[in-house]
Amino acid sequence: MRAVITVIGCDKVGLIAEISAILAKANVNILDISQTTMQDLFTMMMLTDLDKMNMDFAMLKEQLTLKGQELGVDVRIQREEIFQSMHRI
Amino acid sequence: MINQKEILETIRMIQNENLDIRTITMGISLRDCCSEDTDKACTRIYDKITRYAKDLVKTGDDIEKEYGIPIINKRISVTPISIIAESSRSGDYVKFAHALDRAATETGVNFIGGFSALVHKGYTNSDRGFIAAIPEALSSTDRVCSSVNVATTRAGINMDAVRQMGEIIKETANKTAHNKAFGCAKLVVFANAVEDNPFMAGAFHGIGEPECVINVGVSGPGVVAAALKKMDGSDFGAVAETIKRTAFKITRMGQLVAREASSRLGVSFGIVDLSLAPTPAIGDSVAHILEAMGLERCGAPGTTAALALLNDAVKKGGVMASSYVGGLSGAFIPVSEDAGMIEAVQCGALSLEKLEAMTCVCSVGLDMIVIPGDTPASTISAIIADEAAIGVVNQKTTAVRIIPVPNAKEGEVVDFGGLFGSGPVMGVNRFSSEAFIARGGRIPAPLHSLKN
Repeated sequence: MRAVITVIGCDKVGLIAEISAILAKANVNILDISQTTMQDLFTMMMLTDLDKMNMDFAMLKEQLTLKGQELGVDVRIQREEIFQSMHRI
Repeated sequence: MINQKEILETIRMIQNENLDIRTITMGISLRDCCSEDTDKACTRIYDKITRYAKDLVKTGDDIEKEYGIPIINKRISVTPISIIAESSRSGDYVKFAHALDRAATETGVNFIGGFSALVHKGYTNSDRGFIAAIPEALSSTDRVCSSVNVATTRAGINMDAVRQMGEIIKETANKTAHNKAFGCAKLVVFANAVEDNPFMAGAFHGIGEPECVINVGVSGPGVVAAALKKMDGSDFGAVAETIKRTAFKITRMGQLVAREASSRLGVSFGIVDLSLAPTPAIGDSVAHILEAMGLERCGAPGTTAALALLNDAVKKGGVMASSYVGGLSGAFIPVSEDAGMIEAVQCGALSLEKLEAMTCVCSVGLDMIVIPGDTPASTISAIIADEAAIGVVNQKTTAVRIIPVPNAKEGEVVDFGGLFGSGPVMGVNRFSSEAFIARGGRIPAPLHSLKN
């Protein structure tokens, strides 16, 4: 299973490191990563591989959400298929 | 790999424009639950529903978490209970409603549809008694929804049933008067009812449907409105194209969720219903889409044309996005559930007569309309007859879900709370239809040729 993680909010030092640390602990592999800043809004996207994940999806989602709240950014994790199905035939 | 722009577009639709899956509805056949003994039939019904739907709510919640798309309602529809209850000797139909209510509570769904009867051509021995039990059934349960099909294009309009339903709606309103006549919000009178509608209150599991099926209703008026707001000054070709593209994307979500839910539950995938279903939330209004096309207010001249374009473009965009499309598929125009409709009624732009005209070109009909409590039953029946005639002649589904709130006067506002919103009490034509409705009998089916 692959999932897209998006982080939207104000940029700050160590943001990617903090998110990546959670993923590393959960044994989630990052396949691709990109980031941009649009009008002061920081946007990071990661494509991740959850096949070897050592916790369930709901728990990872909760950890990421909590971390987002701590850092003052919006963190989402969504299975890749939702984007595929909406934008690809 | 999907690109950043696409990812952000999806997230924006969900987060800012209220894109959601409105309902995952599990249709369950109860045809094997009949018994001469009412209690035995009710036990079979309860057992079967709780067995089939035990994981429905959890599955919906899991999908919501994993895909990050809100799934607002998880619901159940069943075979019209009039058919199942027919072989029970006692004639105590309310017991069936209680069994459905218990099953809904146990499985955690917020509504269960199918306390229904199909009487478009006439009554069976038990149909009349069954329909008479609807007010008690709706007033003594929380989650049961009821519908009655009184007309079809092939059979014509059963005017006896139309007359009875006017009285049933009044009685339901009186029995639930303490609760702002909320019972009537759970009761729909149909012409050309569809068998695979996932939306309440009119959902039931038709007799041609399989054992168990998953139907999904998508929504997203906010997404369409947001797309149109960027199109100031474009011509209608461009407007229709934009709606089609947006409807395609919305429907793809529904298709994904329907496939996923049916495979996880081990149940066949029925249909995706391509409806634009509004909610009272700001930015989730069908009326605002029509206004984004250039109307000062929904209800202004041009509204019917705008709605016709919207309804058609939604279908065209959605059809290609899903392998099976069905249900009601179109734009819903429930007054109390749509912030823009409420405003339009309150400022005098939208009347009952204009809504009736709008139902000629959109999905369903007069929906969630609050009328004065002293409206005579015959007038309600006549409103149903008018709406049924539109459906029968135009070969489309129409419906009436009208709420005569006791003691409510035109211009007041009745608040139902939650997804049902709040409805301004609308004026009703005060001239009598009494003698017309008293005739009874059946209006013959219309001609199917010589069309003009």
